[in-house]
Amino acid sequence: MPQLLQLNQVTIRFGGLTAVSEVDLHVGPRELVGLIGPNGAGKTTLFNLITGVYQPTSGAIHFDGRPTAKLKPHQLVRRGIARTFQNIRLFASMTVFDNVRTAVQVHRTHGIRDALIRGGQFRRAEADVEQQVMELLAIFHLDQLRNEPARGLPYGDQRRLEIIRALATQPRLLLLDEPAAGMNPTEKTELTELVHFIKEKFQIAVLLVEHDMRVVMGICERIAVLDYGVKIAEGTPAEVRANARVVEAYLGEEATKHA
Amino acid sequence: MKSGAKRYLLLALLAAVVISFFSAYFNRYYLGVTIDVGINIILAVSLNLINGHTGQFSLGHAGFMAVGGYIAAKFSLMLSPALPPWAQPLIFGAGLLLGGSVAALTGLAVGVPTLRLYGDYLAIVTLGFGEIIRVFFQTTETFGAATGLTGIPNWTNFGWAWGSAAICVFVVTCLVNSTYGRGFIAVNDDEIAASASGVNPVRYKVTAFVIGAFFAGIAGGLYAHHKSFLSPTGFDFMKSIDIVVMVILGGMGRTVGVIIAAILLTLLPEYLREFSDYRMILYALLIIIIMITRPQGLFTFGFKVRNSK
Repeated sequence: MPQLLQLNQVTIRFGGLTAVSEVDLHVGPRELVGLIGPNGAGKTTLFNLITGVYQPTSGAIHFDGRPTAKLKPHQLVRRGIARTFQNIRLFASMTVFDNVRTAVQVHRTHGIRDALIRGGQFRRAEADVEQQVMELLAIFHLDQLRNEPARGLPYGDQRRLEIIRALATQPRLLLLDEPAAGMNPTEKTELTELVHFIKEKFQIAVLLVEHDMRVVMGICERIAVLDYGVKIAEGTPAEVRANARVVEAYLGEEATKHA
Repeated sequence: MKSGAKRYLLLALLAAVVISFFSAYFNRYYLGVTIDVGINIILAVSLNLINGHTGQFSLGHAGFMAVGGYIAAKFSLMLSPALPPWAQPLIFGAGLLLGGSVAALTGLAVGVPTLRLYGDYLAIVTLGFGEIIRVFFQTTETFGAATGLTGIPNWTNFGWAWGSAAICVFVVTCLVNSTYGRGFIAVNDDEIAASASGVNPVRYKVTAFVIGAFFAGIAGGLYAHHKSFLSPTGFDFMKSIDIVVMVILGGMGRTVGVIIAAILLTLLPEYLREFSDYRMILYALLIIIIMITRPQGLFTFGFKVRNSK
């Protein structure tokens, strides 16, 4: 099966520190893959490598069969990689609507000239943008809040808005960086359902970084485990759970408790 | 917004021309001050695109103004003796556009290498750039060196100043109030999130810089043909600070507030003419008081609703 995302022996060093070391990872189209590991294992660094924030010291990343080397984050968004952040990064001064609107424009062609001429084409394009944004907001039940400032939203809504904004770029691969961080158990359950819903509804692949084991075990088809920048295991949730190295490195007492 | 914006622009342009037509009946001093206000609105609103909406910190606006002023003035001085009087508006218009364009190119030349710098660093670089421009004109014989340029035709009237101001406000407002324009504010709010949403931050920053520099250049051309005299000292660091103060006082990213601030801060020194030595003390005090009590700007109320339509 052709892979959507393919990492080959990806390594990045910051000075003397090897944050990610020779990691192989692949995500197929419409696959839901989990990436777990203890704090400081290199999960977010790997995200930053995939999204173009960092360039790997060695190794190669291919998206949709093409190398992503030297591409900037905004160019990779255009190719179809969208992400959220561990610490929510919304456009705080903008409304809910405008947060999504900013992301919708990625695939639009109108720019400065149309904004100034304000002709029929501009109005049609803007109406089209509005419709797309409102459809997305409606799917996630945020349409009532369209004119609310993003900074005033409750925490859970901010998380959802960030996911909506990422979806607005029409990605084929969505990277979620600890979406359940700071949530209570009920919210975590909702989030798990949401991630599954997104994957089915938009027919996209999802790579999920998560700290909370239950979230990942429940929905991921395949899980990769990082420890000290090295991939120590990969497999189905059951396989990972049974892997001795994983238990030792990460699950520790929690796994023995559940067993 | 929508197409109504174009109607407002036409109305404003028409009003500027009509009022200009009757300007012979007005007191010359007040008319002069009114033109100053128009020019300062252009400077403040264009700087607001860079400093307010896009969140950069440029201290070089007077430099771009100088470029536009000197180019337009030189253009008029060279061409006006050779051409008949009816060609005056054409020379003036072309000179303003030329000055604005050269200022915009300067903005591009300065912006591309420096806009990867953030905040304070960018402020220092643009400050240095402004000084380079000033020293360049101060030492170049073609531009009158330290004595400056004199005898520039007195062509800036109410219509030119306020017409240009209307166009500047239209361009900045329409640009920002569009799906495309949300990118400027996105870069301001969170550059990393902006690039993760497909917005190219460098491109937006350079665009804001170039458009801002263009209008600063236009303002410079209007200024030159208003005062009939250009001296390098008029474009020093303090001039840039004056414009920055208008933007901060009006509220970063708030066009209406910035316009009000530009009007107030042009009129205030005129009223305070007899105490003009204390003008800068007053400025400084104003900024300190505003930053403590109203960091969001004097003329901003409630939440910044950047509404869709």
